[in-house]
Amino acid sequence: MQLTGAQALIKSLEMQGVEVIFGLPGGAILPVYDPILDSNIRHILVRHEQGAGHAAEGYAMATGRPGVAIVTSGPGATNIVTPLANAYMDSTPLVVISGQVATTSIGTDAFQECDITGVTMGITKHNWLVTDPADLPRIIAEAFHVATTGRPGPVLVDVPKDVAQSRMDWYWPASVDELDLPGYHPRTEGDPELIRQAADLMLTAHRPVIYAGGGILKAHASAALRELAERTGIPVVTTLMARGAFPDSHELCLGMPGMHGNYTAVTALQRSDLLIALGSRFDDRVTGKIDAFAPGARIIHVDIDPAELGKVRRPDVGIAGDCRVVIEELIEALAVRGVGAAGTPSGSGSAAASRPDQAPWIAQVREWQERFPLAYDREAPDGVLKPQYVLETLRDRTPDDTIVASGVGQHQMWASQYWKFDHPRTWINSGGAGTMGFAVPAAIGAKVGRPDRMVWAVDGDGCFQMTAQELVTASAEQIPVKIAILNNAYLGMVRQWQEMFYEERYSEVYLSPDLPDYVKWAESMGCAGIRVESPDEVEAAIDKANGIDDRPVVVDFRTDAFEKVYPMVPAGASNDDIVVGPEQGQGGR
Amino acid sequence: MGVDGSVSAKGGAPSHHILSVLVENKAGVLARVASLFSRRGFNIFSLAVAPTADERFSRITIDVDLDSAPLEQVVKQLDKLINVVTITELDPKAAVERELLLATVHAGRAELDEIEELVKRFEGTMVDTGEDRLTVSLADHPEKVAEFENLLKSYGIAELQRTGCIALPKLNARPDTHTHTNTTTKAG
Repeated sequence: MQLTGAQALIKSLEMQGVEVIFGLPGGAILPVYDPILDSNIRHILVRHEQGAGHAAEGYAMATGRPGVAIVTSGPGATNIVTPLANAYMDSTPLVVISGQVATTSIGTDAFQECDITGVTMGITKHNWLVTDPADLPRIIAEAFHVATTGRPGPVLVDVPKDVAQSRMDWYWPASVDELDLPGYHPRTEGDPELIRQAADLMLTAHRPVIYAGGGILKAHASAALRELAERTGIPVVTTLMARGAFPDSHELCLGMPGMHGNYTAVTALQRSDLLIALGSRFDDRVTGKIDAFAPGARIIHVDIDPAELGKVRRPDVGIAGDCRVVIEELIEALAVRGVGAAGTPSGSGSAAASRPDQAPWIAQVREWQERFPLAYDREAPDGVLKPQYVLETLRDRTPDDTIVASGVGQHQMWASQYWKFDHPRTWINSGGAGTMGFAVPAAIGAKVGRPDRMVWAVDGDGCFQMTAQELVTASAEQIPVKIAILNNAYLGMVRQWQEMFYEERYSEVYLSPDLPDYVKWAESMGCAGIRVESPDEVEAAIDKANGIDDRPVVVDFRTDAFEKVYPMVPAGASNDDIVVGPEQGQGGR
Repeated sequence: MGVDGSVSAKGGAPSHHILSVLVENKAGVLARVASLFSRRGFNIFSLAVAPTADERFSRITIDVDLDSAPLEQVVKQLDKLINVVTITELDPKAAVERELLLATVHAGRAELDEIEELVKRFEGTMVDTGEDRLTVSLADHPEKVAEFENLLKSYGIAELQRTGCIALPKLNARPDTHTHTNTTTKAG
């Protein structure tokens, strides 16, 4: 069967099981857009290519399947650079197809030409410039294979216009063996000797903590993690990328560690004598000053990417492998040593019998939890709307499997702190890259992937203004997402740092609460718009928003501009120097 | 190439290591390797690329500055590049190394004999002669090449080009050579 390169490209996406593409056409990608008309794949026309990228990320994070975006050459391609960088930092599987000028024009500075494979080399797992239409099915299969296996990540396939227009004989690679990837063989099983060492180490620890990262979600390892924690009785912290990977309501869950983590999670890591890092990467926002991080802890580090083992902190046992597979191997090794269900030794002669008593450690953790819960001023003067109160109310008045997308800044930290995440893939945010404007398009992508779920974006006013135009997309495509803007009229996190570390010299952080008018803006984009100015309006507004399912909703919550995120470990400080906040007699404004 | 894109000057204790990297012979592979070193802040002393006997692959020989990054990180990050097929670590003690030097030096009649003597002693070659300059070449161990270059300096060097080091494992030193292949270390 003879097809054009463009037809072969779309057919390849169909063969990969792609159900939705986020994109925006243009000159060089025109040939590829024609066969989209004849395909069952749903195409969602975004208003800016950055929106296509983040929507594809939101789709991938909510579903576990790769997100797909198509853009044209030049500015179309450069507009999706930020989502690629974002997906690379957060290991999100993303396949971006970009148009390119004809092969005969490459290198001539042709109209809308940009060396996008060069630009994205350092922010993709791999990229391809297709020069022969006969390569297209194989390269698309390779792109999906690379994006979704090993450590997942974004890939880009650059397709010149003449390649899309030329004809080729259709084929489809029957298996991975037919791909041309001689240097790519990701390994999933852990080294058995290292598994044994890790299991032995776990049985000697007095104060162990499982430090669970985003790799748990990538590896679909939530159930395995829960089994490991319950069998061993070891408490679990869930990083910003792992919120929901282990249920917040579980008695062993300590919540989020790091710069704005809760006191117990931060301090449990600091005092631990054994960190079991599963799919986490010792990010600086978790460790604080690295030399002072968990000084008495030995480290078991499990990651699918061998380069993460020893990159920041040298592990005592470093295991390269898939988190789910390795956790299951660990459970098996622990069972052999007598650690059975609920952490009880199954035989007096077993290794588990000599395991140190974990009760004092758990008692210590409980004491921290009681002394230093998350706190804010609930007795604020009349009419002052606290952002934490908005989030608690939203949390309590939505289904517990609601998907929450967030931008970057104070609202993101409050959302992560105050939401109760009890299900994997219900928290969609930009962790590593810290991309403002992520929330609205990511929420749209998540809702497309999970139409059965309620999807709320928690956004800041600064973030919202960066990508709000995608609500036009959501209205036009009938994707009923809900947006809660925590509108404090500031670039709030920057304001917080200027208050705390720059002697209250506020430089370029004021935005205004009513310019733009968020309700009118929402309405002009086909959404319902609701304004909330005082605490007593919050419940009714949320209930009203929850009841609207025929279009997107934007709720403009006018929140306290002076509220700060606590606890906080100042940048570059040791986690021992955590400031819990004014409500508990430390720090404060 | 370091963060600043520069090539480190070699000197002092040789805290360096040679990586022999087999890569797919595809467009942009060298850029990927160079970009990785720049992005991660790994410095190198030299880098040499050439085709291998198998036309599907090229070999990149990299002399890595171990003061800038631990060898393990360099190897693991390189291994993540999809086009990298195998990485062989060559400890200088367990490798045969060669480098080629071409130098044009100022030489009047008075110095000609001296330089000829020097070239002969190092088993180099007189490649080209002009009225008051001559061009010599030497292919040898990089340390020998450096010594030769130093001795040429007193005559005044007009132009100089070194190729960077290439290397293969010593035949009788196999046990000290760690060969990293994708089947054992490669992951996504």
